Amino acid sequence: MERRTIFAGWKLPLLLVAPQLVLTIVFFYWPALVGGWESLTRTDAFGVHVVFVGLANFHDLFADPRYRAAILRTVEFCAAVTALSLGLGLILAVAADRELRGRDLYRVLMIWPYAVAPAVSAVLWILLLNPQIGFIGRFLTSHGVNWDYALNGNQAMLMVILASAWKQVSYNFIFVIAGLQSIPKAVIEAARMDGARGWFRFRTVVLPLLSPTLFFLVIVDLVYAAFDTFGTIWAMTQGGPAMATETLVVKVYNDGVVNLDLGSSSAQSVVLMVGVVALTALQFRFIGRRSGT
Amino acid sequence: MATLVIEKLRKSFGPIEVLHGIDLSLNSGEMLVIVGASGCGKSTLLRLVAGLEEPTSGRIVLDGRDITALDPSARDIAMVFQNYALYPHMSVFDNMAYGLRIRGLPKPEIQRRVHEAAALLGLEALLARKPRQLSGGQRQRVAMGRAIVREPKLFLFDEPLSNLDAKLRVSMRAEIRRLQRRLGVTSLYVTHDQVEAMTLGDRLLVLHLGVPVQLATPMEVFDRPANSYVAGFIGTPAMNLLDATLTAGGTAARLEGGMLLPFADGRREGVEGQKLTVGIRPEHVRLEPGGTPLTIDLVEPLGSETVLLGRLPDEAMLSVKVHGAWSGGERTEIAIPSASLHVFDAQSGLRLDPLR
Repeated sequence: MERRTIFAGWKLPLLLVAPQLVLTIVFFYWPALVGGWESLTRTDAFGVHVVFVGLANFHDLFADPRYRAAILRTVEFCAAVTALSLGLGLILAVAADRELRGRDLYRVLMIWPYAVAPAVSAVLWILLLNPQIGFIGRFLTSHGVNWDYALNGNQAMLMVILASAWKQVSYNFIFVIAGLQSIPKAVIEAARMDGARGWFRFRTVVLPLLSPTLFFLVIVDLVYAAFDTFGTIWAMTQGGPAMATETLVVKVYNDGVVNLDLGSSSAQSVVLMVGVVALTALQFRFIGRRSGT
Repeated sequence: MATLVIEKLRKSFGPIEVLHGIDLSLNSGEMLVIVGASGCGKSTLLRLVAGLEEPTSGRIVLDGRDITALDPSARDIAMVFQNYALYPHMSVFDNMAYGLRIRGLPKPEIQRRVHEAAALLGLEALLARKPRQLSGGQRQRVAMGRAIVREPKLFLFDEPLSNLDAKLRVSMRAEIRRLQRRLGVTSLYVTHDQVEAMTLGDRLLVLHLGVPVQLATPMEVFDRPANSYVAGFIGTPAMNLLDATLTAGGTAARLEGGMLLPFADGRREGVEGQKLTVGIRPEHVRLEPGGTPLTIDLVEPLGSETVLLGRLPDEAMLSVKVHGAWSGGERTEIAIPSASLHVFDAQSGLRLDPLR
């Protein structure tokens, strides 16, 4: 039964929703509207004159080879983070699904990285990978690897991918564990009786039954990698060296906040917003279909 | 066609022993039904034979080969699960073909076997469907088909009918029996339903708290239950079990209320006053004017017959099955024919047979 409370007037209900309403308006709608407007304007270097320029910012943006490079870089980054975090989450979840000692402790420990703030996790990875003071970094340099992510773009990319994926493994782990537990035990036993073993059984029975969960996670991971990794990347490389780790969100920040090109930055934000809306719509449609059957 | 021998099979979960040494031997083509209340260990026994659980000790020998330590996939046993356990993402055809593909059978052979089984079970029109598009009875058939196409040495049935509605259960029961006879595959069938047990089994194994109580044909279990537990478990409505004592010479039982029940088939061993449990099936109690008075508390009409639940003068409960509807009042008079008595020792519960 639907729970519904009837209020006598409109003042109390308004007061009760006001905090959330104010937060949403001040921090979401207002900036979005301002951003939308600014994407159609151009401001001079001193911030004095504002000129309406229509869609010129967008035109310039897509004509800019560096923006197209950033799109490509973001796609690569997202794909790598999703593949790595989902792959690891899947492997760890399958391992944790078995009967083993200390299973609950193992599961709790697996969930921890999710609770670590992006900047903190970035510092943690720096402390591991820094070529002078990092445990792994020093090990690499002392074994003849020319390791310095501040100079080598590929190494920097590898590092931000690792750090970003690490944080998301927990999330994937939880969902895959839940997905595995929802597979009826008897179906697995039937497969055993049918003679299916190990990897073959996993591939032909477990994986297909897990695929709805995996699809959901791919979308969530892509959104995470595209939008929620700013903190991690910014704390580690600020998008460098030489834009090697500058994904679209980092570029928005660099162009707008650092280089004060507000028009172009706003246009980029609008493009990103369209991206989020598209992915969210895809996810909603998918979840709706799933709960519908 | 294969024989199955189970020797001294025990199973413990942690400190709790759930099977206390099972010995069994199935002839080739025989259908043995394991029956018992829930928690008696019957499903565990089946899962041990399947290889889904490891026994604590004992041996399982299928067709002369010791399979105790083998993986389920290497045992050549097919199992029909209670909730069907079909692969939800595969079509009916693929569900049945899965095990055959794993065994590397050539495609035409797989086709032939699946279509044969589908024809046998009336599933030809459904081969392309997914399990969720099937009714309960159809799913059950697919689960059977999946077992049949494998042509295994042994079939295991784990309460396969308990998820079906009553009407379907009766028709599927007959179907399973027909199929098993026709294919001649040695089978173990687990159920808590005594009607299923009686109608399906060549022999029954009654399990009680992990101990095998009786292994015999259905009619023998019904006619000569090995102890008072079996007596109360097999048969509906359940057998009346009355407290009594042995009279001098062991020729009769005296009910608590003083009613004397002489043994028609001979005297029992024991001392005078020994505590007994006397069993009489409700359908064997006779209505007899001038007999023992019975106060009727409840009348349960079943259509062609009626069950009367009543009390003897000593307040002992007694149910009586009569033909047709009950038109009598709240009181009647009954007699207990001595030829239909079952006599058990009250302490051990074991059946007491007449001395020869």
